[in-house]
Amino acid sequence: MALQDVADKSLHDKLRRAERRKKIEAVSLIGPLLLLMVIFYFIPIGMMLYRSIDNSQMREILPETAKALAHWNGQGLPDESAYAAVVADMKVAYPARTLAGAGRRLNFDKVGFYSLLLKTGRKLKKIGGPPYKEKLIEIDSKWGDPKYWTVMKRGLKNITLIYLLRAVDLRYDDTNSIVGVPEEQAIYKSIIQRTVYISLSVTILCLLIGYPLAYFMATSSASVRNLLMIGLLLVFWTSLLVRTLSWILVLQDKGVVNSFLLSLGIISHPLPLVFNRIGVYVAMTHVLLPFMVLPLYSVMAGIPSYYVRAARSLGATPIAAFFKVYTPMTLPGIGAGCLMVFIQALGYYITPALVGGPKDQMVSYFVAFFVNERVNWSMASALGVVLLLMTGSFYLIFGKRVNITNMKLG
Amino acid sequence: METQQYHVSFRGVQKSYDGIRLVVKDLNLDIERGEFVTMLGPSGSGKTTCLMMLAGFETATQGEIYYNGKPVNNIPPHKRGIGMVFQNYALFPHMTVGKNLAFPLKVRKLGKEEIDQAVLEALDMVQMKDFVDRYPGQLSGGQKQRVALARALVFKPELVLMDEPLGALDKQLREQMQYEIKNIHEKLRVSVVYVTHDQSEALTMSDRIAVFEDGIIQQIAPPDDLYERPDNSFVARFIGENNTLHGMVDTIEDGVARVTLDDGQQVMALAVNVDKPGIPTLLSIRPERVVINPDEEKMTQTVDGHVEQLIYLGDHIRCRMTVAGNSEFIVKIPNAADSRMLEVGQNIRIGWMTDDCRALDAD
Repeated sequence: MALQDVADKSLHDKLRRAERRKKIEAVSLIGPLLLLMVIFYFIPIGMMLYRSIDNSQMREILPETAKALAHWNGQGLPDESAYAAVVADMKVAYPARTLAGAGRRLNFDKVGFYSLLLKTGRKLKKIGGPPYKEKLIEIDSKWGDPKYWTVMKRGLKNITLIYLLRAVDLRYDDTNSIVGVPEEQAIYKSIIQRTVYISLSVTILCLLIGYPLAYFMATSSASVRNLLMIGLLLVFWTSLLVRTLSWILVLQDKGVVNSFLLSLGIISHPLPLVFNRIGVYVAMTHVLLPFMVLPLYSVMAGIPSYYVRAARSLGATPIAAFFKVYTPMTLPGIGAGCLMVFIQALGYYITPALVGGPKDQMVSYFVAFFVNERVNWSMASALGVVLLLMTGSFYLIFGKRVNITNMKLG
Repeated sequence: METQQYHVSFRGVQKSYDGIRLVVKDLNLDIERGEFVTMLGPSGSGKTTCLMMLAGFETATQGEIYYNGKPVNNIPPHKRGIGMVFQNYALFPHMTVGKNLAFPLKVRKLGKEEIDQAVLEALDMVQMKDFVDRYPGQLSGGQKQRVALARALVFKPELVLMDEPLGALDKQLREQMQYEIKNIHEKLRVSVVYVTHDQSEALTMSDRIAVFEDGIIQQIAPPDDLYERPDNSFVARFIGENNTLHGMVDTIEDGVARVTLDDGQQVMALAVNVDKPGIPTLLSIRPERVVINPDEEKMTQTVDGHVEQLIYLGDHIRCRMTVAGNSEFIVKIPNAADSRMLEVGQNIRIGWMTDDCRALDAD
């Protein structure tokens, strides 16, 4: 009995040792990739996500005010200590030129704050000694308005949701509850809708063009197939910018298409084909087509010809055999292709920015806009979060159905 | 028209894929209604091509195929109404067993109740009734085979084609399925054209076997004829185990040839495929028809042999010996009391009946 136990134990140890070696091997193989992913993917994305709610710099600019308002119950006006704190903070922040940043941030929540802070800061030199309450209200009556203090208190918390809310056209009202923004300011929802709509249209176009192409590739001889594959992959070998710009050349008023149609006399005026929705569809479909064709082709190449033959022998016409037997068997490819095209299309920026008009810009354009033009990283991040959530949820909903992890390209 | 009386007729059918080489050369074959005909041959012999032409998936380069007395060369497969069982079953993976069987009935626009009943009947026939809601992926190879068979029969075709349907099954299951297919054939009396490269399968199931080689039917005959009376040396070698002896024809008299073997011994053999004296011939004798230490009065032919190897196989002993220069001459000795006397290196006398030795082409 004891001997048996000893034997078992040593076997167990041996097994564990053998397994451990395998584990070390596995980890050392994927280790570099994992490290790369963490450093260059997860950490930046995490930072980006955090930036959309991060509000800590406000406390650095107005530390005393933050402390003083922490005790304020939000009813009526705060007491003298809060006014004194504002004055103390501004005396530091105005010369340090950090007040403008705080002003911009608070102005995002409530219009008028930027001018309030800068005006007050300018006049602080002559303010004299305490008490400050009356003096501040004298400088600007807004200091006597509890609404501004509510915004101030909200704006001095470490975490803020205003950017995320704004990214879906919501805001805080004066009583700190979440409401929709006024209609004339509500733009993001329609941008999100437009993004989904354009992506969906491009996906459908890719499917309509890609499915016959993939079928032809899967059924033609090796030499024809290779030629088509090269033609398809040529798209990958050209820079995105060059490809997009060449579409402008092709589609513009004096471009190839319009000149051709004009010379044939089919049209008398050039068709508007670029810097509008048509240009976006054409260019995006072209760029994304391989992502539809490759998964479709990979599925179709794996379907032996005997299934359709079986259907024919059972009495199905060629069309019935194709739609009732062949097409259902390509559903995993259709799903994977559509998901891949759709998810990529959601995040498209360069192509619509170059060949689209102002009404064809998608969420990514506004991310770039807030980074480059407004220097509002928080809003850019918030839109990024919205985009990420959209992509993630589409992936989770449809990715499971089409079993995308089992797909391979080519 | 003479093709009228047959269920299927191939008339001078040729097929070439590349325009250079004929895969099927001048095929003529008539199949009776209710007959089970097997096309047997090595791979590349053209048997599957013939089947595909009959199903309508390939067109004959020349010649005509008649089905029910009518030429079918220009009829597409779905209008032929011929059932087919494929080598890889070809069950539609996205449909349940029931849906698979309902498919041929749905495209024929039958009523729902009629379909349900026909599906259950067909599944019952192959003992797969309980699997109606399973998907093909959840079935074993043998079960898939049964479903494929049921699907090919559910729309009650008069002719069923089977393309190596048992090729993917293990030996035991294959034998079981052979009997089941045979039983179903006898019960339904459909005509069956069966393609296989497995001769025991062909011998077990068929009414007639067409042996294919190089695009030509070498012999078409019932299993016993084919085994016992092969027309030529290819068929003799292809079907069953076979001993061959090389020799020259001396004389031919009343269908019996006198042949001088390579080592000078003389034997008599049925002149099957030799027509004149002085030509080389290949004598074919089945191992089980050879007798050790024959009674010289009963056995019409006796020759000398040298025992090379003895293999004990339980019910019989397989004895490899050298006879007339052929060192691969096999004799099957029943495991009786006296058969143990043999020893390797021994010289013994062996014999056979003249009728069991066939003089074929020397190829």
